[in-house]
Amino acid sequence: MNGVLAAVRKLGALVVDGVWRLGFAARFFMLLLLYSGQSLRRVHLTLREIYFSGVLSLLIIVVSGLFVGMVLGLQGYETLQRFGSGDALGVLVALSLTRELGPVVAGLLFASRAGSAVTAEIGLMKATEQLKAMDMMAVNPIARVVAPRFWGGVISMPLLAALFSAMGVFGGWLIGVVFIGVDEGAFWSQMQAAVDFRFDILNGVIKSAVFGVAVALIAVFEGYDCTPTAEGVSRAITRTVVSSALAILALDFILTSFMFRGQS
Amino acid sequence: MSRTTLDLWVGLFVVIGFAALLFLSLQVGNLAGADIGDTYTISARFDNIGGLKVRAPVKSAGVVVGRVHEIRFDTGSYRAEVRFTVDKRYPFPRDTIATILTSGLLGEQYLGLEPGGDVEMLEDGQALQITQSAVVLEKLIGQFLFNKAAEEPTN
Repeated sequence: MNGVLAAVRKLGALVVDGVWRLGFAARFFMLLLLYSGQSLRRVHLTLREIYFSGVLSLLIIVVSGLFVGMVLGLQGYETLQRFGSGDALGVLVALSLTRELGPVVAGLLFASRAGSAVTAEIGLMKATEQLKAMDMMAVNPIARVVAPRFWGGVISMPLLAALFSAMGVFGGWLIGVVFIGVDEGAFWSQMQAAVDFRFDILNGVIKSAVFGVAVALIAVFEGYDCTPTAEGVSRAITRTVVSSALAILALDFILTSFMFRGQS
Repeated sequence: MSRTTLDLWVGLFVVIGFAALLFLSLQVGNLAGADIGDTYTISARFDNIGGLKVRAPVKSAGVVVGRVHEIRFDTGSYRAEVRFTVDKRYPFPRDTIATILTSGLLGEQYLGLEPGGDVEMLEDGQALQITQSAVVLEKLIGQFLFNKAAEEPTN
């Protein structure tokens, strides 16, 4: 009896804690937006964060994009040529990259490469009481530390996703045209006929921008909210990666059902 | 404020990002070739449009000359009204025939235009008089089976 009671109590505490955190996250987001103006006026702070989360993620994005495109080329050709439509390889590669894989995989990589780093940095700042020290010196930590990291992530993410898609198409071309020998003209012309700027590419960019906001917000929030101990920081980093991944996949489903419903 | 190497890297990153976007929109999405300058709108009525969709290509002799703009059901005649835009560079005679065709056996459907011999050209907003509906595979098979069944007793 006591055990059941304890379990129910634990569950209740978990739910209340979750709602509490959600409310705090919302208030934190409002504060973040409120102080963004202040921090964006000092552009070099944001530039520095674009460098850390964007420029330093370039390598992993380029390499993974290339490999994802190459795998798509190989697997896609394998299946398509069974139906005698190997020429449609360009369509397959370009559509799957611009619509889904580009934003989603780039988002997942971005969350684990840059999001975790941001959480760790802010969490350690909190653990070593740097945030408190700033507060004492009348420097707003949200404007000085959090907002630039948030905007750095938001700006970097769509660019990285576009780069990922472009590299993927290049990888697909490399495998399809150069190695397998799909006709180059058919590869590009069918792709150009099937990929629409507004429906496919712009929607992909919108997706990646939404993912950028989600990942950056989760990363800065988990860092800011972490328990200021070594263990707390490590847990916050884990939570960042896990909840970013879940958020990206869930948002992707929602956005896709809005964007591509009823279209061929 | 002085320039730093960091600014250079960030600038480079932004340039690469936008270059990727440009590549996607021009090379992959064909934004440049997608909008065909000035167009005029023609409408045509079909008994059955099959699987024709909005934005499907309008082709004549295999060349894309326009796009399907709007498809709606005409309650007056119980037929499908298809409105499509054609590039101003390609004038078509008044008695052009519109046909719904399929590219390949299982490919997408498109609108085919076969020019007639009229000296007067189509103008914006006019309707085509002669149309040919999409071939519906089920009907074709049904007809074939029906004919087969009709043949049977004579043997």
